Amino acid sequence: MGSDAAIPVTETTASGRPRARAGGAARRWRAAALGLVVPVVAAVGWELAVVAGLSDGRLVPPPSRIAETFTELAATGELARHTAATSLRVAAGFGIGALAGTLFGAVAGYSTLARTLVDPTLQALRAIPSIAWVPLFILWLGIFEASKVALIAVGVFFPVYLGVLGAIAAVDRKIVEVGRIFRLSGPAMVRRILLPAVLPSYVVALRAGLGLGWMFVVAAEFMGAGEGLGYLLVDGQQLGKPAQIVAAIVAFAILGKTTDWLLVAATAPFLRWQDVVAHQEAT
Amino acid sequence: MLVLDQLGKTYANGVRALDAVSLALPLGEIVAVVGGSGCGKSTLLRLVSGLDRPTDGTVRLDGEAIAAPHEKIGMVFQEPRLLPWLTVADNVGFGLAALPSGERRDRVAAQLARVGLADKAGVWPRELSGGQAQRVALARALVGRPEVLLLDEPFSALDAFTRADLQDHLLDLWHDAEPTLVVVTHDVDEAIALADRIVVMRPRPGRVAAEIAVELPRPRDRDSAAWDAAKRRVLAALDDAREGRGGARPAEAGAALWW
Ligand SMILES: Nc1ncnc2c1ncn2[C@@H]1O[C@H](COP(=O)(O)OP(=O)(O)OP(=O)(O)O)[C@@H](O)[C@H]1O
Ligand SMILES: [Mg+2]
Repeated sequence: MGSDAAIPVTETTASGRPRARAGGAARRWRAAALGLVVPVVAAVGWELAVVAGLSDGRLVPPPSRIAETFTELAATGELARHTAATSLRVAAGFGIGALAGTLFGAVAGYSTLARTLVDPTLQALRAIPSIAWVPLFILWLGIFEASKVALIAVGVFFPVYLGVLGAIAAVDRKIVEVGRIFRLSGPAMVRRILLPAVLPSYVVALRAGLGLGWMFVVAAEFMGAGEGLGYLLVDGQQLGKPAQIVAAIVAFAILGKTTDWLLVAATAPFLRWQDVVAHQEAT
Repeated sequence: MLVLDQLGKTYANGVRALDAVSLALPLGEIVAVVGGSGCGKSTLLRLVSGLDRPTDGTVRLDGEAIAAPHEKIGMVFQEPRLLPWLTVADNVGFGLAALPSGERRDRVAAQLARVGLADKAGVWPRELSGGQAQRVALARALVGRPEVLLLDEPFSALDAFTRADLQDHLLDLWHDAEPTLVVVTHDVDEAIALADRIVVMRPRPGRVAAEIAVELPRPRDRDSAAWDAAKRRVLAALDDAREGRGGARPAEAGAALWW
């Protein structure tokens, strides 16, 4: 079977698009700049307040002290070590959780029997606050990596599972009929109709899962870890180093935003057809 | 030759949508199916296309029983149903995946040119107007060179001008390979513009109420007296086919509005 008809990445040559896109980009930059006003004003204001001696900035360190701590941690290699440990945990937990969520969601979405079999159980399990699993995971898997990865994977699993299940259920029956009229086999139907149709919601589900992954790694590292950004948080609290806590929080923010952006960038080429917002901005 | 033999369909909910419909369509005939809402026109097309299975009777194309979608039978739906993640050209080539890519590209380009959308090949479906999208759907169905093309109210969502335009266009495209056309429509003028024969259906259960041959020379003149005469015959047949109506007949204009 020829494949280029199936891969949704064809050159688009609508005239006037580059100009339109540039206009949209300028507007987006302006919006981003406006969004920065509040945090920048707050940071500069606090810095000035501490410099002016209005506060000693011990509990709420000014930006300069946070930057100092941050560069210090970076210089000693501490930051890299903790970041790597945390990222690895998230990567493993996200990988396992997303894979399992995708498989279960796909099977339950595709087969009514599978859905009636497993969905009620999974929905019941979803109602349990994931942190409640921690003691059990520690008993089963020990206090080291396995229990942490398991907790993250559970956190990632549910949004991905629900997203895939919902996306498959929402595939337009009318478009499936187009596939049937052209006599697509089962696998071809999945590859050429179902996968592209669920991809937009799937990306949304993965992003939600990734966000929860970063949330749960903190919980996992709170329950005892020798390294990781979560460890830096606990350590900073116990030793009274608020600048270190904020530095770790900043690292979390950067990592979370970056990985989310990577996910979006990696899937964007397959979703160009759907670029509704940019299109509307252009017209 | 497309033959429907004593075709019947009862849906799972017990609705008898179609009952004992028998029709024979020689290759190249253009048949319009008209009738009130719910009299089984879409059901009929779905059975012929193989999307649904009949409860009774058979559909045969050149002697071969149709129980599932068939490569010689194409379908155009009321909505264009283009795949939004494929460009216009890839949508048209969707059913040609088995061809080598060079041949596929040539046939897609030729067919797009035939529907007058050669310049839209690389565009996403969302950038098309309703009429353009429906022309792409026509191209997608025709590019596989079907022997039978089924159209379920293909132009009903379009404005009157675009509709008349596309009717002429469809006839023009029909000349390329002269397939059998079955067009379901709510528009008597559309039926007369297109069809060699008009099948009038009646509801509950869906049956053939009348068949009217349209013997106007082509190209047909929408303002001619013969057209008006044909229209009156179809409207009268539709009125007779109305369920549970004896006695008083509404004026013709009223009948046209009613359905
Ligand atoms: N999938 C289905 N399940 C149950 N009943 C159905 C189904 N599809 C259609 N019906 C019923 O079968 C009858 C015929 O429906 P059909 O869609 O064929 O009518 P139609 O002539 O195409 O009407 P319209 O002109 O409104 O499109 C109707 O009574 C309808 O309610
Ligand atoms: Mg219908």
